[in-house]
Amino acid sequence: MEHSNKYIFIYSIVMVVVIAVSLTVVAVQLKPAQEDNIRIEKMQNILSSVNVSTADIPKKKVIDIYHRYITSVVGINHSGDVVENDAEKVFAIELANEFKKPADQQILPVYTASLDNGDTAYIMPLRGKGLWGPVWGYISFKTDFNTIVGTMFDHKGETPGLGAEINQSWFMDPFKGKTIFDQEGKFTSIQIIKGGAPDDNPHGVDAISGGTITSKGVEKMIFDNLTNYQAYINKQKKQ
Amino acid sequence: MSDNNKTKEREPMFSAKVLRLLKNPFNLENPITVQVLGICSALAVTVQMKPAIVMALSVTIVTAFSNLIISSLRDTIPSRIRIIVQLVVVAALVIIVDQLLKAYVYDVSKKLSVFVGLIITNCILMGRLEAYAMANKPWPSFVDGIGNGLGYGMILVIVAFFRELLGSGKIYGMRVIPQSFYDSGYMDNGMMILPPMALITIGVIIWVQRSKTPELQEK
Repeated sequence: MEHSNKYIFIYSIVMVVVIAVSLTVVAVQLKPAQEDNIRIEKMQNILSSVNVSTADIPKKKVIDIYHRYITSVVGINHSGDVVENDAEKVFAIELANEFKKPADQQILPVYTASLDNGDTAYIMPLRGKGLWGPVWGYISFKTDFNTIVGTMFDHKGETPGLGAEINQSWFMDPFKGKTIFDQEGKFTSIQIIKGGAPDDNPHGVDAISGGTITSKGVEKMIFDNLTNYQAYINKQKKQ
Repeated sequence: MSDNNKTKEREPMFSAKVLRLLKNPFNLENPITVQVLGICSALAVTVQMKPAIVMALSVTIVTAFSNLIISSLRDTIPSRIRIIVQLVVVAALVIIVDQLLKAYVYDVSKKLSVFVGLIITNCILMGRLEAYAMANKPWPSFVDGIGNGLGYGMILVIVAFFRELLGSGKIYGMRVIPQSFYDSGYMDNGMMILPPMALITIGVIIWVQRSKTPELQEK
């Protein structure tokens, strides 16, 4: 069937308008539910870095659990001073956006958690590059800002079975109890060692065989992000 | 279903012809193994059963409704821009499915990530729209979409079953290979997790299917 040009133009205009309106309606209607999911996932990630698993807990309860464990949230700058006290605002900070700003305008979150055994842990977000895309995570320290309580890593699209293993417990668990400063107090960060870290290495964990670039990416991410927190950590240690 | 058969001169809802539309994609006209459409996503989302099932359902819904919409509009669609119209309808449906997944089954939507978006380019959709919906009434087109979506989904689930079982020793996320096997030296086959083994699994399925169905054997 042949149609005139006029018909074709009107047809396409009407079609595009109808579809655009319906898509907008759907997007606006579903946005609150989608944003909740993202918030709750972030809470789950933060909690899992202090070894509180919320995987099998209904989403609604995660918020309560989060508020029970996380006692304070502050935003600091590169000089280690607290510049933002509003927990909601700091929670909304995305490191990906912060890293686009000049260093002196960046705000870095620090979450304080009060654990079941009465200890306090400080949680810092991490973000870096893997092989195919971004990797991110959280790392938590005891009050000495040296001993790792737990870590949580995730990735956008690392190779399944290889780099993607960074979010598995066999990779994350060995970080527990490792330290990021040597005996002289020099910053060593954590080395992710190909072929396996010796048991007596306080700063090393095993790399993933076949996932070298992702492993290196995680190592660099921890080093870079913790470097940003150096001033804050030094100030906290003096107190 | 068969009660409808006697209703006047109108074609019954589930006539033999319509039922064939539902059944054929499972064997003689399977989109993946016979028409070799939609291979890309069959390789990508079949590492585990759960995303495979969700992907199968999403594709079924999108194929069925895009077939229905295109078929209802088929007399008004100018033939010169028909592919564009088809694409716009498919793209809109896919975005709606994606938004729904993000809002209600967030974990699954994270696993499927880009593949939901890729439904838009899934050859099965365009294939069915061009080959069937543009020339048939809405109801048979809708059934054709469901049939093809399910025929595609069936292969996805079979492939995912073997890949998950052999690749990680689980079925639908539950461990089925007992720990004692691992203790006595059994290891999951890491190859099964990677896409090449999905292609080989599909190849084996095609082989089995062809050897069992004489109609598909080339002379």
